[in-house]
Amino acid sequence: MSKAIAGPEIERMIQLLSRLPGLGPRSARKAALSLLKRREDLLMPLADALSAAVDRITHCSECGNVDTVSPCSLCRDGRRDRSVVVVVEEVGDLWALERAAAINGVYHVLGGHLSPLDGVGPDNLNIPRLLERASSGEVKEVILALNATVEGQSTMHYIKERLAPTNVAVSEIQKGVPIGGELDYLDDGTLAAAIKSRRRI
Amino acid sequence: MAPSLSLERLSLTDFRNYAHVVIETGPGPIVLFGLNGSGKTNILEAISLLAPGQGLRRAPYPDLLRAGANGGWAVAARVNSRSGRAEIGTGFSPSAAAGQRAGTGRVVRIDGEPAGGSGALADFVEIVWLTPAMDGLFTGPASERRRFLDRLVLCFDPGFRSLAGRFERATQSRNRLLADGVRDNARLEGVEIIMAEAGTAIAAARISTVRRLCDVIAARRLRDPDSPFPWSGIELEGSLESALASAPAVDVEDSYARRLASMRERDRAAGRTLEGPHRSDLIVSHGPKNMPARLSSTGEQKALLIGLVMAEAELIAMRHSGSAPLLLLDEITAHLDDRRRDGLFSEILRLGAQAWMTGTDLSAFSALSGQATMLRVADAGLHSVHA
Ligand SMILES: Nc1ncnc2c1ncn2[C@@H]1O[C@H](COP(=O)(O)OP(=O)(O)OP(=O)(O)O)[C@@H](O)[C@H]1O
Ligand SMILES: [Mg+2]
Ligand SMILES: [Zn+2]
Repeated sequence: MSKAIAGPEIERMIQLLSRLPGLGPRSARKAALSLLKRREDLLMPLADALSAAVDRITHCSECGNVDTVSPCSLCRDGRRDRSVVVVVEEVGDLWALERAAAINGVYHVLGGHLSPLDGVGPDNLNIPRLLERASSGEVKEVILALNATVEGQSTMHYIKERLAPTNVAVSEIQKGVPIGGELDYLDDGTLAAAIKSRRRI
Repeated sequence: MAPSLSLERLSLTDFRNYAHVVIETGPGPIVLFGLNGSGKTNILEAISLLAPGQGLRRAPYPDLLRAGANGGWAVAARVNSRSGRAEIGTGFSPSAAAGQRAGTGRVVRIDGEPAGGSGALADFVEIVWLTPAMDGLFTGPASERRRFLDRLVLCFDPGFRSLAGRFERATQSRNRLLADGVRDNARLEGVEIIMAEAGTAIAAARISTVRRLCDVIAARRLRDPDSPFPWSGIELEGSLESALASAPAVDVEDSYARRLASMRERDRAAGRTLEGPHRSDLIVSHGPKNMPARLSSTGEQKALLIGLVMAEAELIAMRHSGSAPLLLLDEITAHLDDRRRDGLFSEILRLGAQAWMTGTDLSAFSALSGQATMLRVADAGLHSVHA
């Protein structure tokens, strides 16, 4: 192990930063260093932003999105078509679809996918709430924008079956999602095309 | 004819019994000879890691690290491939791997750029190998024959690896659901549909590869009716493979999905999935004698196997306008009489492949004198021999 180069507070900061995806120990030290150097204009505002997030962060009771208000900003946005619900696995997928401005509907975040090998079943996911929303009468179409992985596709089948008794139209995103591919990694154009060419199932 | 794939330079670092060794080689065949335990097979194993997959011994990567070394092992080569010259390298460091989540993979670099996985090597290196461990191919378990076939399928269908991975993951998921006592139809059906799609595609890919291989075998029979390597009859045995012979793929897919649904209780009791492409077999027969290969004599089986492997190499070469793959032939002259030995050498020369051959005795390769690079393996090093 490398020995400590700074006091415990700074060491702890470096250690926590290095747990972020994409930051190894080396880049975590670099990030910490620039935070320390820019105490006034970066470190303090970041600390405030982080603690505000800690206090207010919540899951949207409607769609499962992460935000500081519930219902979330997207669910509150009156310009959105509330009859179309796009189902995604993770908040990251929602962000990717929003970035691509792929559709003007609302979302439903499952919080993962069914995965027998990891012990994840329907009860561990935000599926019951989706079924409620789908039966509320407001929703006309549910678009399943799940990953093309084994888990994503079997989750899609499961939801499709559960939605069958309701009257909503169910479609899946199609073209451009490579087999085994994850939405988060697709470029915006591919994602937008995938949504446009969705297929009724 | 496009030039065959060859290694121009090969280096091993802390790999098996080698601390560091570098060899420069010409495009022709290479003979590695030396005492038992000198490190001949280790060289072939190192080369095999320049292609996708786990290498010819399928050894765990930590085992490849030289005993006593404390970093990682590496194999690097300059290859002259049909896509041009490239510097490729692969390696594994146990300590680095322990720090990552996906810690079992090896690192791959192509022209200095890190590649996503060993699959990227497929564009540069294709290898066909024959080792003494394969001597029992016809008598041993079906899994070995499937692996043998699937390696060839992969050369023709780069998507095959992810297809196989998809099938395996879906099958494991289904087995887990069954073991956990899940009876929810929508959940089981979700994975069974994926198994049916992937499984049918796997069977179809195997069929088309076997068909191509049969064509090459037929052509070889015509060209060389007196070959010392008897031609093989080959057939795929498997429920999906036979269903595809008489029904369109979509129907085969549907009926496999339905069968999986109907076999849930049986599979639950068995603790595994009893039907599917993971149970298929490659049935080989001694063509001229019209006998199952598994009933042939030891020498006959070896000759059949060599013929089959050479047909594979020829098939890959044909696909790349004559550019032959690398051949790794471990202890290839053992059990071969003079006629077969000379027959093999002339096949290799005709194919133009860079064949890496090993043996304990240089004299077994005297017929290749002047046409192959002879390297003596000793003291954890390679020494050129000017014969
Ligand atoms: N990780 C390792 N570190 C050091 N030495 C190793 C390692 N793994 C294997 N060896 C040694 O490498 C030696 C050479 O093995 P190899 O299989 O290449 O021999 P060979 O020349 O093919 O012999 P044979 O003619 O018997 O087939 C063996 O003695 C083995 O003990
Ligand atoms: Mg050996
Ligand atoms: Zn919301």
